[in-house]
Amino acid sequence: MEQAQAIAETGNGAAGAASAQTAAHAIHTRDLNLWYGDFQALYDINLDIKQGIITSLIGPSGCGKTTFLRSINRINERLGYVRIQGAVEVYGHDIFAPGVEIAQVRKQIGMVFQRPNPLPISIRDNVLFGFNLHGEVRRRLHRSEQDEIVEGALRQVLLWDAVKDHLDRKATELSLEEQQKLCIARLLPVKPRVLLMDEPCSALDPKGTEAVEELIWGLAGEYTILIVTHNMAQARRASDECIFMLMGKVVEHGDTADTFVTPVHKETADYIEGRYG
Amino acid sequence: MADVTRPLSLAAHRDADEIDRRNLDWYIDKAVQVLVFIGGISAIVFVIGIFVFVTAEGLGFLVDAFDFGEFFGSPRWKPTSEYRTTYGILALIAGTASVTGLAMLVAIPFSLGAAIYIAEFATGKTRETLKVLVELLAAVPSVVWGFIGLVIMNPLIIETFDVPVGLSVLNAGIILGLMAAPIMTSIAEDSLKAVPDRYREAAEAMGATRCQLVFKVVLPAAKNGLLGAVLLGVGRGFGETMAVLMASGHSINLPDSIFDSVRALTATIAAELGETAVGSDHYQALFTIGIFLFVITFVINLTADLIVRGIRKG
Repeated sequence: MEQAQAIAETGNGAAGAASAQTAAHAIHTRDLNLWYGDFQALYDINLDIKQGIITSLIGPSGCGKTTFLRSINRINERLGYVRIQGAVEVYGHDIFAPGVEIAQVRKQIGMVFQRPNPLPISIRDNVLFGFNLHGEVRRRLHRSEQDEIVEGALRQVLLWDAVKDHLDRKATELSLEEQQKLCIARLLPVKPRVLLMDEPCSALDPKGTEAVEELIWGLAGEYTILIVTHNMAQARRASDECIFMLMGKVVEHGDTADTFVTPVHKETADYIEGRYG
Repeated sequence: MADVTRPLSLAAHRDADEIDRRNLDWYIDKAVQVLVFIGGISAIVFVIGIFVFVTAEGLGFLVDAFDFGEFFGSPRWKPTSEYRTTYGILALIAGTASVTGLAMLVAIPFSLGAAIYIAEFATGKTRETLKVLVELLAAVPSVVWGFIGLVIMNPLIIETFDVPVGLSVLNAGIILGLMAAPIMTSIAEDSLKAVPDRYREAAEAMGATRCQLVFKVVLPAAKNGLLGAVLLGVGRGFGETMAVLMASGHSINLPDSIFDSVRALTATIAAELGETAVGSDHYQALFTIGIFLFVITFVINLTADLIVRGIRKG
């Protein structure tokens, strides 16, 4: 309990320091608690995640980092037995407000999963899928406009050259690395503001990991990226800020370089040094 | 292992003796294998056996009196005519086809709707209850459905549409559709369930609504299984006898409208076989119908099976 208090204070302290420039915060959570049935997975999460940078979430298995990530686009609620208390604001909008349409939340907040999950349709249709879901105008886009969107998105994820000659191939036939890039590409046409990534490289080989990391780097700035990772080295080299979670609580949130060199809490230091996890 | 004090030579000796000895377990194992094998291939044996038997019974007619043009091209089924017997099954085919066609129009929306609801929308108790009810519905004997057609639907149709007879394509089609719907629901639901959940998750994370999810992701991914379900329903329609016999009016007719009475291929065999002399032309002609039905349902079921298998692999 005492520890929870301390953690809450850490969170609040950070919030207080940054409150002058709230606009720079993409995601802001207030006393977020989450239960799976009777099991409490998140305790009083108070976080301010800065806009336009990459923030990594680290911590041992079962510490709640994926659960936290999945609360931000409300995909957790697919499971019927999830109960949530507290607030999450994304760019100043409370995503749990009664008037909020869940589809709009997810349009603003794209998600990349641990296992690449392209839909069993063509590469082209995968890229256009989200865009067609949210088409503001109910007319079908001209073929050339569609081509432009597809090319733009695929170029941005560095996949265009590999697939430009067979856009009608089934996306599920691509290699895992290409599939994961495609899964990122299909989020871009709807112009989300936040990208959530749940261990996006864990199913990939080292070469694929490198390629996808490079791509994520390229997307920072334009998007606010929150990435869950098990890989310390990845968190260290690929993120600007870093959040360490343990047992459903936030232990530490700070600059990645500082956190890895001079962690404030003993738990963080132990975890980073590989004493557990 | 730790018992070093025991004379090793004795134990070693005995074990070596047992190498070429078969004990009871070995015989039980072999016996069970043989039994299971017999059980497994019996299905094939029975299918071939039935086909051979039906063909043998109908063969005389096929060889001696069979007129392809008349058999498939004539609507006149007059096996007992004193003047001239004709064996044309066109009207019977039309009867079966029209009833099955209407049945599918009834069954497809019901079964697909039910399958989508059970697989994608219902949760917890509702889903379990519905699944049990669908299974229960599939177990209602066909004679009961025929009874419903005869006693409830018949007067209802006469009254509602102001027609002289209520035993018609409409009646039989509705009854058959309701009969086929549960099994179709069950298979369609299986194929929806076979769509991996990560596709749903992916689409939902992109902001798809429930409706977009079902129509843009789940149905396209399950389309082969759904087609298989429909084909199995068609096969069921072709093969159904009792309910159709009771609800269709059983009069030989090329139907002009859904209010005409018709007669189905299966119902003809059921109604007439008991009253023919064994080995007569009439008897053999009925068996020829049997061969025809057998081939049709075999092809439909095989196609359905291959299609359903196709999605499992893909």
